[in-house]
Amino acid sequence: MKKTFNLVGKPVIRQDGYSKVTGKARFADDINYPDQLFGVMVRLPIAHARIKKIDFSEIENHPSVITICTAGDISGSNISGIIKQDQPVFCDQKIVTPGDVVAMLVGEDEELLRQLAGKVKYEIEPLPALTDPRKALDSDAVLIHPESKSNLIVHYPLRKGDIERGFSQSDHIVEQTYTTQLIEHGYIEPETVIAIPLAADRSVKIIGSIQNPFTARRIVAQALDLPLTRVRVEQAELGGSFGGKDDTMDILSARAAVAALKTGRPVKIRYRREESVLESYKRHPYILHYKVGFSREGKIKAMKIDILADGGAYASMSPFVTWRSVAQATGPYEVENVCTDVRAVYTNNPYTGAMRGFGSPQPIFAQESIMDEIANQLGKTPDEIRWINCLHSGSITATGQKLEKHDVNLIKVLDTAVQKTNFSRQWQACKDKNKSILPFIQKTHASQADKSLLLESEDLVAPDLLLRKGIGLALSYRGCSLGAEGIDAAAAYLSVQPDGSLYLVSGLAENGQGMRTTFSIIAAETLGLSVEDIHYLELDTGIVPDSGPTVASRSTLMGGGAVKIAAEIVRDRLQKFLCDFWKLNKQDVLCFEKNKVFSESDPQKTLRFSEVCQLAYRKGVCLAAIGWYPGPKVDWDESVGQGAAYFTYVYGCQVAEVTVNLGTGEVYVDRVVAVHDPGKVINLLGAQGQVYGGVTQGAGYGLWEEISSADGFIRELNFDQIFIPTSKDVGEIVPVFVEGDDQHGPWGAKSLGEPTLELTAAAIANAVRNAVGVRFFNLPLNLEEIVLKRKLKPGGLKRGSAV
Amino acid sequence: MDQDKKHSKISRRKFIKGIGGGVVGGAVLLHNLPVLSESAIEPAGAGLEQKYPLIFKVNAKTVRVLVESSATLADVLRDQLQLTGTKIVCNHGECGGCTVLLNGKAVYSCMMLALDAAGSEVTTIEGLLNGEEINPLQQAFIEKDGMQCGFCTPGQIMAAQALLSKNPHPSRAEVMTGMSGNLCRCAAYPKIVDSVLAAAETHLK
Ligand code: FES
Ligand code: FES
Repeated sequence: MKKTFNLVGKPVIRQDGYSKVTGKARFADDINYPDQLFGVMVRLPIAHARIKKIDFSEIENHPSVITICTAGDISGSNISGIIKQDQPVFCDQKIVTPGDVVAMLVGEDEELLRQLAGKVKYEIEPLPALTDPRKALDSDAVLIHPESKSNLIVHYPLRKGDIERGFSQSDHIVEQTYTTQLIEHGYIEPETVIAIPLAADRSVKIIGSIQNPFTARRIVAQALDLPLTRVRVEQAELGGSFGGKDDTMDILSARAAVAALKTGRPVKIRYRREESVLESYKRHPYILHYKVGFSREGKIKAMKIDILADGGAYASMSPFVTWRSVAQATGPYEVENVCTDVRAVYTNNPYTGAMRGFGSPQPIFAQESIMDEIANQLGKTPDEIRWINCLHSGSITATGQKLEKHDVNLIKVLDTAVQKTNFSRQWQACKDKNKSILPFIQKTHASQADKSLLLESEDLVAPDLLLRKGIGLALSYRGCSLGAEGIDAAAAYLSVQPDGSLYLVSGLAENGQGMRTTFSIIAAETLGLSVEDIHYLELDTGIVPDSGPTVASRSTLMGGGAVKIAAEIVRDRLQKFLCDFWKLNKQDVLCFEKNKVFSESDPQKTLRFSEVCQLAYRKGVCLAAIGWYPGPKVDWDESVGQGAAYFTYVYGCQVAEVTVNLGTGEVYVDRVVAVHDPGKVINLLGAQGQVYGGVTQGAGYGLWEEISSADGFIRELNFDQIFIPTSKDVGEIVPVFVEGDDQHGPWGAKSLGEPTLELTAAAIANAVRNAVGVRFFNLPLNLEEIVLKRKLKPGGLKRGSAV
Repeated sequence: MDQDKKHSKISRRKFIKGIGGGVVGGAVLLHNLPVLSESAIEPAGAGLEQKYPLIFKVNAKTVRVLVESSATLADVLRDQLQLTGTKIVCNHGECGGCTVLLNGKAVYSCMMLALDAAGSEVTTIEGLLNGEEINPLQQAFIEKDGMQCGFCTPGQIMAAQALLSKNPHPSRAEVMTGMSGNLCRCAAYPKIVDSVLAAAETHLK
């Protein structure tokens, strides 16, 4: 292992900076073909119905309609899905959610096609809409996908120890129910894809804002009944994804490809925001029921957890998302007796799938809230209760896995966060201070209950007394990469040119997170080059092996591992070549540094890297390599949820400091201290960016964001009503990195992107509890939740200012 | 046509109205689909909207184009002039992704009819380049890493450009407020603010 680094861990400027600040970066909708057509969707205004007939007679002869694509045009399989096959490319039997598409009009004038879509006629048989996930498993519930015989998408049980014995050994038991809301990824670039027919061999090229090009390729090939090699998917610059540009983009790619082959012309589909929000999948709303038994001293004895996830109309990633929830639902605590059941069900709501955090922000909100409730009940501070229960090296997790072979830095991140914020003192001070205001709050709530909003004169308080400060923390561990549920391996292709510059590309995708820069650093560090020597190629499924999806914060760990291996293969070849050339012993170590290669024992022997490459190239040394990084095997017994769920873990602790206005219910996030152990930090700038982004998105999740629906129809379709945080909404964010050793990943680098998001809402909720002395059970903690302790949902479809 | 009517091609209002009506009538009936556009469909010549000449200056060059009366400035910049640095994100005046300078002031180009720009001077992100050379503000965004995915970046930079020309030495709080009309879902905000402040400082030197 290297001790000193030239690049790793330093702030490195991103490689794509120039193209992004000049507007030259090529996003999908910036790409146009001279003879391209547009595809415009036809949807039916209903959440659940059997389709009887779609009648295009009024428009099919319109000169501007070049063709209309429907399920009949799909030569392969019309039914797609990443895990479960349940989602039609074009619906022809049933509509199961309002985002569903029955046909696509294709022509040159996009705006005109949108108008013509309104002339399509249809016959349907409406079916009752199932929108309450709690009713999905009732015996009389309408079946969303009748071929599945039940609305259950998946059920994961986890059994460890003896839950009844655990409760009988407990001195206290808390039992609480928490809920989390549906939210939208809100990637700033709406979906766009272009399919280009390559006439000669009936193949098709796809360029799009696609998170996982290999998945898109599979879905397209399956729909067109083509071999994988006949579908080439190229990723355009991606304007954000956060897990969101997968299933939706796969299906859009298939629709565009079908139309392109049918018309023989390039076909572009580009969504406007409303359509994007309407059709794309979202974050799962959860209903989480926790029953926790603990001793007088604060040791948790038993946890019984019941989680219900609303999967919406299609399975999508639900089986993987909820799998992470079952593995991590107890939080990072040693619990001897655990009984967890996680179910995901079908409803007619918008479907839910992968989103940054991936099944962890929901249980963390519940479990970290409960930890604070236990602390409150026992008169302990939140950090104390966590110290008592925290996982450490050698601990057994809820899935029966022993934590070993890496630094289990949970206590370290907790200690660091606590010290940096003077946590216990602050927490106690806020708590004491807030006792003085409690009578007022109780009175306010009481008067709201009896509908008389009038307060007595002695209830009146000075306005600044309404501003209450609070501090709260949340702690987590997170399994890295896909875990026992997925095939886990990644590839990188590296090709050094005779002048010493090199091409690099991995099978994982840049989603805006700065992956290309991170990978370039890894290659440059290994070969002793600078980042500018590396030209990162655009990802194209034709040039590099399938590396699985870019999800689960696995790119640095898996893809980075593959890059390092590829670079090491080439370095080893050069080393061998130079040892011969300089007539050195095979054991002699050569140093690759600062664009030079030299022998440690004989510093006279020094060549520039470019010279070495030139020489080696002339002697026929292969300077290209594919690095393949397979994840270690993990094993899993699905019937009881026991096994080594993930091959390694990362740890994080966030502390939020908030001010709550008791009058308006507004929560202002003054500061978040985010302490994370990502293994090793590769690019300091990129790592900081991940923390800023994750914390801000987490704050949005905790405080403002919510997509509501009525009868399956989304009310908030644009940013006038979807409140994502602005530059003014979140105070200071302080990233702190605690690095730990790990045998996996490049120099032990693991994950960061998702851990940064998953903790923030929970930390804020605990800070609000500390500020006002009241526990809130339902995200988001928006104004009405704080003031009225309930959500205000308008009865009709109208909400906000613009409708 | 007024702006409000035009700015959204899939008008949210009509769209939702359409969706909301509909199906209650029961099974096996022929329904008309909701119209996804504000403008009524004329049976003959639909789509062949009258075009008007527009003369304005874009990035210091005089430009003449024929535009539909309903086209927004963002549409014309992107689709007709291929100035794709300007992004359409919400098409609704909510996010700032389409920000350009109109006579030196920041405007949401998705909320402005192209014909209203007649005779004006428009600067887009492409106009900040001097040959291949970037300006100090762009340089600051690179050095301070004021971005992740970069889709909001042109809009952020144009907003910052306008902010700095009005207030060359803003405080951190002023930058945070000044830039709050530009959404960044990657939430690079702290670094965006750093970038603007750094650019202001270079200016001082
Ligand atoms: S695209 Fe113009 S303000 Fe959002
Ligand atoms: S950098 Fe991605 S939205 Fe701002």
